[in-house]
Order: sequence, then structure tokens, then C-alpha cells
Amino acid sequence: MCGTCGCADNESDSRTIILQQKVLAKNDELAERNRSFLTDRNAAMLNLMSSPGAGKTTLLESMAGVFSELPQVSVIEGDQETALDADRIKAAGYAVVQINTGVGCHLDADMVAAALGVLDPQPGSIVIVENVGNLVCPALFDLGESARIVLASVTEGGDKPLKYPHMFRQADLVLVTKIDLLPYVDFDLERYATDVRRLNPAAELLTVSARTGEGMAAWCEWLRLAARPTHPARPDSPPGRAQPLSRPGPG
Amino acid sequence: MHELAITEGVVAAVTERLPEAKVTLVRLEIGALSGVVADSVRFCFDLVTEGTNLEGASLEIVESAAQCRCRSCGAEFDPEGPIMLCSCGSADVVVESGADLRILSVKVV
Repeated sequence: MCGTCGCADNESDSRTIILQQKVLAKNDELAERNRSFLTDRNAAMLNLMSSPGAGKTTLLESMAGVFSELPQVSVIEGDQETALDADRIKAAGYAVVQINTGVGCHLDADMVAAALGVLDPQPGSIVIVENVGNLVCPALFDLGESARIVLASVTEGGDKPLKYPHMFRQADLVLVTKIDLLPYVDFDLERYATDVRRLNPAAELLTVSARTGEGMAAWCEWLRLAARPTHPARPDSPPGRAQPLSRPGPG
Repeated sequence: MHELAITEGVVAAVTERLPEAKVTLVRLEIGALSGVVADSVRFCFDLVTEGTNLEGASLEIVESAAQCRCRSCGAEFDPEGPIMLCSCGSADVVVESGADLRILSVKVV
């Protein structure tokens, strides 16, 4: 075997080279760098995923300034086009970076690395990534988050966990939104919870209404616990020490 | 369609590893639980490889089956459908195989 690349060193014109390499290896490596970057600052990143219109931005708006016990929150917004969400989030008082993916249907670790470099999250803070609205593609891409939250609004119908199992199988929390609309839609919450449990017994399930505030305290408490630092702040890790980001800001 | 990004990842990984080689065949493993549709990768492949040292290469995809193990009773089974439910009734299962997404090998001249 060739000592340089591990190829089958033969004399024929055509050679087979064994790679055995994970396709997402590069993304996973960048995600680990994001995770280290955040750990060094005792900051946590949470990946918020859902279909478009499930209420991710409204949820973040309704939390702003209401729950004083939460650490500082900053936001990375992912959309194909426009800064509409970033404008809303900024108006709500958060530091925010908007990523436009163009034709892309998901955020990847490289995009998030660039956004983290711009966002410069404070020690002990929470970074919430609002992924591109999509129940399929974002499930595959580790961003360096410490938890994955899947939002599902009652207006979408209760069949989504079974239709999009990859997404729901990876969730740490399933957050059912717009529950103030339950009286007006056919959404069986018990059956929904059963389906989620059958797909993913480890996932927690909470319900909220950003409009009425119902369930918001429990959601914010979940968020606070999920973002707890894994180790106490280290005096040798001042902000700005970890700078693994080489990519310029997103266009 | 994340298969486009996945296929671009395959091409980037191969060209990074073998920048000078003319690649004539790429063999991928796509597991049944990987979340990637093999036909969509096939659909993108020629487009994504155009202008690279993989241009004109054939694509061979090994679609590996899913295999789960039940944490409750220890049984091994191939899950059918989206719900990984053991015949003992437990949903507490671990995926043993079928989640892989790997570049197995390439053929170069």
C-alpha cells in the first residue's frame, strides 16, 4: 500500500483508492470548532428548527425582556432571502446576525462559524440559531449546538412527526406553538405527544402560546437549564481569546 | 434539497484528498436512515462534478439497510417505516447501522 495516501499501489492504469470518509466530515469538524469556541466562553447555542411559519421569530420576540432570569440571548437568523426576521429580532432588542442562504435550504456549520465571529457572543450567554424554515434538510447538519429544538404549530396539523421523522428523531425538545388556536383546529395534543414519544422517547415536549403567554415561563426555564454552562467561567478564557473563525461574514 | 449540498461535499472531499487525480468512479454508501435520497444524489452528480477532476466519473451507490437494537429486550431488527418500534413494544432502540453517509472509495487513472 502506498504510504502517502493509502492507495492500492499497483501498476495498472486504473487504481482504486479506499477513502472510507464521512461525507459530512468537514461540516462536523467545523461544528466541533463552533462548540469549542462557545464552550471557551461558557456560552451555549441552541438550534431552533421548524417548518416556515411555525412561530420561531414570534416566540423570540415575545420572550424579549420578559424573563429577566435568562442569560443574555443573541440570535443567528437563517433565511433564503431578506433581513425581515433580523429586523424584527433587532427591534425586539437582541443582537442579531442574518444569514441568507440563497438557494440553500439549511444552515451549515461554516455559515454559523462566520456568524458567530460577527456576533461575538458574551461569556455565559445563549445564542439561538433560527434555522431556515424546513423540516427536512436542517436535520442533517450539526452546527455546534448543545440542543435541538423543533417547533410545531397546531395549525400545521398533528401528522408532522410521522411525516418528517428524521427531524423529530433528533429533537431534544418539541415545542408545540400557537396553542391559543387549539379550539379552532383539529389537533389532538395527546395523540401528537404519543407519536413524538414513539419516534423519540428521549425528547421533551412543551406547549406555548406567544400570544397569550401560556407556557412561556416553562419554555424559558427549559431554555435556561439547557444553556447552563458545563463548567464555571475560567479566568484564562477572556472574551475574544478563541478566534477559530477565518471565513468572512456572510453576504 | 440538501442532496445538492451533500453531493458538493463529496466532490470537495475527493478533490481535496486527490487534487491531481482524474477520478473515474466514486463509490458512496448511503444508509437507509441517513436522511439522504440516493436518486437525488444521482440526479445532482453530473451537474456538480462538471468542471472538476470528477467530471465524467461514474457513481456507484451502496444503499445499506437499517439495523436497530432494542435496549429493553436486546432484539436486533430492521425497522419498517418511520417508527423504530421493537416487536416487544419498546421504542427505546439504538440504531446500529443504516445511518452512515460515507465515501467508500474512488477509482482514479
